[in-house]
Amino acid sequence: MLRYVLKRLVSLVISLAVASLVIFVAIEVVPGDPAAYMLGMNAQADTLAALREQLGLNGSIPERYLSWVAGMLQGDFGTSYTYRTPVAEMIGERLWISLPLALYALTLSTLIAFPAGVWAASRRGSAVDMGVMGVTQLGVAIPNFWFAMLMVLIFAINLRWFSAGGFAGWEQGFFAGMKSLTLPAVALALPQASILTRVMRSSLLDTLSEDFIRTARAKGLTRRQVLWRHALRNAMIPVLTIIGMQFSFLMAGAIIIENVFFLPGLGRLVFQSISARDLIVVESVVMLLVFAVILVNFAVDVAYAAVDPRLRGRR
Amino acid sequence: MSLLRIEGLNLAIHDYPILHDVSLTVAPGQIVGVIGESGSGKSMTAMAVMQLLPEGAGATGRVMLDGQDVLRLSEADLCGMRGRVMGMVFQEPMTALNPIQTIGDQVAETILVHERVSRAEARERARDALTRVELPEDRFPLTRYPHELSGGQRQRVVIAMAIALRPKLLIADEPTTALDVTTQAQILKLLKRLVQEDGMGLLMISHDLAVVADMADHLVIMRHGRVVESGPSPDLFHRMQHPYSKALLAASTHQPDRAAEPRDTPLLEVRGVIRDYATARKGIWGKPGSFRAVDDVSFSIRRGESLGLVGESGCGKSTLTRAILGLEEVQAGSILLDGQPVFTGHKPNRAVRRRMQVVFQDPYGSFNPRHRVERLVTEPFHLLDRPPQGAARDAAIAEALDSVGLTADDRHKYIHEFSGGQRQRIAIARALIIKPDLIILDEAVSALDVSIRAQILDLLADLGDRLGLTYLFISHDLSVVRQVTDRVLVMQAGKIVEQGETAAIFDAPAHPYTKQLLSATPRLPDRIDA
Amino acid sequence: MRAGGLMRAALTNRSLVIGLALSLVFVGAALISFAWVPQDVTVLDIANKMKTPSAAHPLGTDHFGRDILSMIMVGARTSIAVAVVAVVIGMGLGVPLGLAAAARRGSLLDEVIMRGNDLVFAFPSLLIAIMITAVFGPSALNAIIAIGIFNIPVFARLTRGAALSLWTRDYVLAARVAGKGAVRISLEHILPNVTNLLIVQGTIQFSLGILAEAALSYVGLGAQPPIPSWGRMLADSQTMISFAPHMAIFPGMAILLTVLGLNLMGDGLRDLFDPRIRRDRR
Repeated sequence: MLRYVLKRLVSLVISLAVASLVIFVAIEVVPGDPAAYMLGMNAQADTLAALREQLGLNGSIPERYLSWVAGMLQGDFGTSYTYRTPVAEMIGERLWISLPLALYALTLSTLIAFPAGVWAASRRGSAVDMGVMGVTQLGVAIPNFWFAMLMVLIFAINLRWFSAGGFAGWEQGFFAGMKSLTLPAVALALPQASILTRVMRSSLLDTLSEDFIRTARAKGLTRRQVLWRHALRNAMIPVLTIIGMQFSFLMAGAIIIENVFFLPGLGRLVFQSISARDLIVVESVVMLLVFAVILVNFAVDVAYAAVDPRLRGRR
Repeated sequence: MSLLRIEGLNLAIHDYPILHDVSLTVAPGQIVGVIGESGSGKSMTAMAVMQLLPEGAGATGRVMLDGQDVLRLSEADLCGMRGRVMGMVFQEPMTALNPIQTIGDQVAETILVHERVSRAEARERARDALTRVELPEDRFPLTRYPHELSGGQRQRVVIAMAIALRPKLLIADEPTTALDVTTQAQILKLLKRLVQEDGMGLLMISHDLAVVADMADHLVIMRHGRVVESGPSPDLFHRMQHPYSKALLAASTHQPDRAAEPRDTPLLEVRGVIRDYATARKGIWGKPGSFRAVDDVSFSIRRGESLGLVGESGCGKSTLTRAILGLEEVQAGSILLDGQPVFTGHKPNRAVRRRMQVVFQDPYGSFNPRHRVERLVTEPFHLLDRPPQGAARDAAIAEALDSVGLTADDRHKYIHEFSGGQRQRIAIARALIIKPDLIILDEAVSALDVSIRAQILDLLADLGDRLGLTYLFISHDLSVVRQVTDRVLVMQAGKIVEQGETAAIFDAPAHPYTKQLLSATPRLPDRIDA
Repeated sequence: MRAGGLMRAALTNRSLVIGLALSLVFVGAALISFAWVPQDVTVLDIANKMKTPSAAHPLGTDHFGRDILSMIMVGARTSIAVAVVAVVIGMGLGVPLGLAAAARRGSLLDEVIMRGNDLVFAFPSLLIAIMITAVFGPSALNAIIAIGIFNIPVFARLTRGAALSLWTRDYVLAARVAGKGAVRISLEHILPNVTNLLIVQGTIQFSLGILAEAALSYVGLGAQPPIPSWGRMLADSQTMISFAPHMAIFPGMAILLTVLGLNLMGDGLRDLFDPRIRRDRR
């Protein structure tokens, strides 16, 4: 088990190193001179030189890469050019909205998908199954930001149950904060829950047709017992993969949904930075999101080993 | 008083009839063997007793078990009987166990489902059951997972699950088909012992007459969903009435006529061949290990000879086959066909490769389903510098198909239009089309029903005589090898442990491993009037 | 199964028929829009802005008085073009990579391709689009590249996985005995037997592409004005949703129905190609 985790850890570090290199090259090397790009056409020579100095653009490319990585390892993401504040601070603030939102959505999606998937699979071919499959077919096809707009129209504008956007702030209390995140989280969760339900169902059905299920039935287990004791845990392996992959869609989706609800999270920060040509902020946010995705995939790999003894290796 | 009495069982799946008026009985302590080829309905009969039938199945008749008709019991009552009154062992031990649960838990579950006992007690009894199937705890702790066990050991776990509560009836559906002969012999012995100890009835289903003949007290022969003949064993072998039973028996022991005498010139010479494989690294920075699959193997095949190569799975016979065919380079030694090396300068030698062809085991996986027969059989033309075109190509296709008993018109068909036996004929046609000297038969008849197998063996013998072919006949099935080869090699763990005239080796094996293999091979009763 | 049987099976497959019909409606709308639209979308008619649906404007007008039906028809071009090109990029690069990785399984090449795939999976297409936009500015081309890059590992993995199991088949061994090399075997024996799978995945990636393009345009990282696109129409409608909800509802429906159609078609094709499932469903 330990060796497996160590191996995944090594591959995690390698992935991070390569990903950071890709991001660095894409944002700091490809555009030529980032300072000139950020200042635009009519930059003064001395402002340009000052910015180059501030961004540390005077070193060689490998030097710049290494000092960027070294800075990040110490929590120093550089200073935003437009806001003149440390990027780490800006991200830290916004993270308190984006991260809870993603987790809220992930929780919702899992809470919906597990029972729905198990229910549909256990009553395969019934009206329940058809209903679940029909609803999820719609859920997969619906663009989440449009669904978000419709919810605003119904629950905020017409029914006035929620506010149409903005964030109450955690200082108003946990529930006030969660309430402003509820519509966004539901909008994010619905398509993911639909996908997860379908995966859960088909994975369960696949598992239920395996030989060992027949063996278990021959021992005298009822259909229900077979489902809960043998099929479910085996069916988790592909489901875990999808949960891991969904996390990256969720992060990306959150960026867009924040836009619908005017939430001051990482997504808003990115778009503001793009229009302000603040490459330092864009670079840091992208790196942070990629880091999160890679970390979650690592967690999923470890979870596999917890579920599947074959991955833990022989003792 | 019989334990199981099936009377007039009819079964249909989605109105498609599977079983017709099947009747049989099993008494306590009795072993009843059910024999049939694929599609005979033998497995469905077993599933009907367990009431684990596929969806859409409808059964009529009576299946009396322990005084109750299982066809009329509720699902809840059936769950109470499965595992307690009747247990079942399946064909495929590799997939029959839950891969993520320990063997101890899986055996204990049988007990926990049926009896209100503590976990500790269930575990204790699971330990006893595993010990009874010869998996003692000191060598096979209850915390083992299935992937840590071999196929034979897994089958023992499945048996332990089935007998943990000492059921009255045990059903074994091809329990040893997926296993090597020596393992098969051990499992059969185990089943026999358990029947004797517990006095339970055993309904044993098999396609292999010899396996059942060895251990059953009573035989039931099935075909197309009907019982064609039944009677006590071994007497039944001596007074079979039904033509199908007789034909089945004849096919099982079929000996093709072979006229050609091997000449003295060697065709294939294998000298000191070694083949190593790299294995996974040990640790992250460790060096890759290596595994010697073929270890200093030397032999030769004479022109016109039929040479058998026998050995159990993992002994290196497939690796050796690939090396001979020039698919993989060997680490040491040489392989010469008619004096020409198969590999020259790290490249396979085309001129040599076009003189050998191969027929594989699986009649379904051997052909690209998207190509027509003409394209399938002409694939080896790729080895020729100037492959025949137009009329010459047509003639070659027609000749190849004709020589295996198919017609030239079959060339336009796709492979799914043919039966398993016909596909194996097409595989032979594909091998013949470039007129090779040597044909390697890699388990070429192992997947076929006995009656089809007899036909294919006849065809091979006939082709060998007519075309002067040399065969390397690779098989795990010693009885087939005995019927069709002149000489035989016995391979174990990468080495040839014994070689010689087939008859001599089968009559007087010298090496302990050969003796072990032969004694493990199930045999039909000696004197048979076919 | 031959052509006749396949045709019959296709026609009795409800998902396939409905999905194909829906998809054809939108592809048809996009094609017709090149020749004719109810109203020219480049002409602004401020007097008639934000009109609710009527006989003249079946789906109403937007905040510049443009006919929404016409906008949806022209917008379909953008969505479909972006998604199709992205699938072509994904297949064009992913399939050969997957075939090569499978043909040389366990080799350094395989390792590099698979690790590269894992890496790309860490960059959702939106992040790629953000990086490209940050450096080169927004455009429809961005959306194509971003979605296309994300499609590559999807097809590479699928192809490799399917090809690996095909490589263990005896017919591949037979082809090797016939002296055929890895490239020829990949083209003759592997590729034809994974096409069904690729077609099914292609429809799924096509529908995901439509969704992704809409999302990118919605946040301004995709097609730029004045090119109409469904995502932009939704972005424009957002501030007016309380008094002109039709501006938000119809373009959204267009996305939903197109994606639904493609997904149903994918499901239908999967059933059609995999007789095992088809038998199961009965």
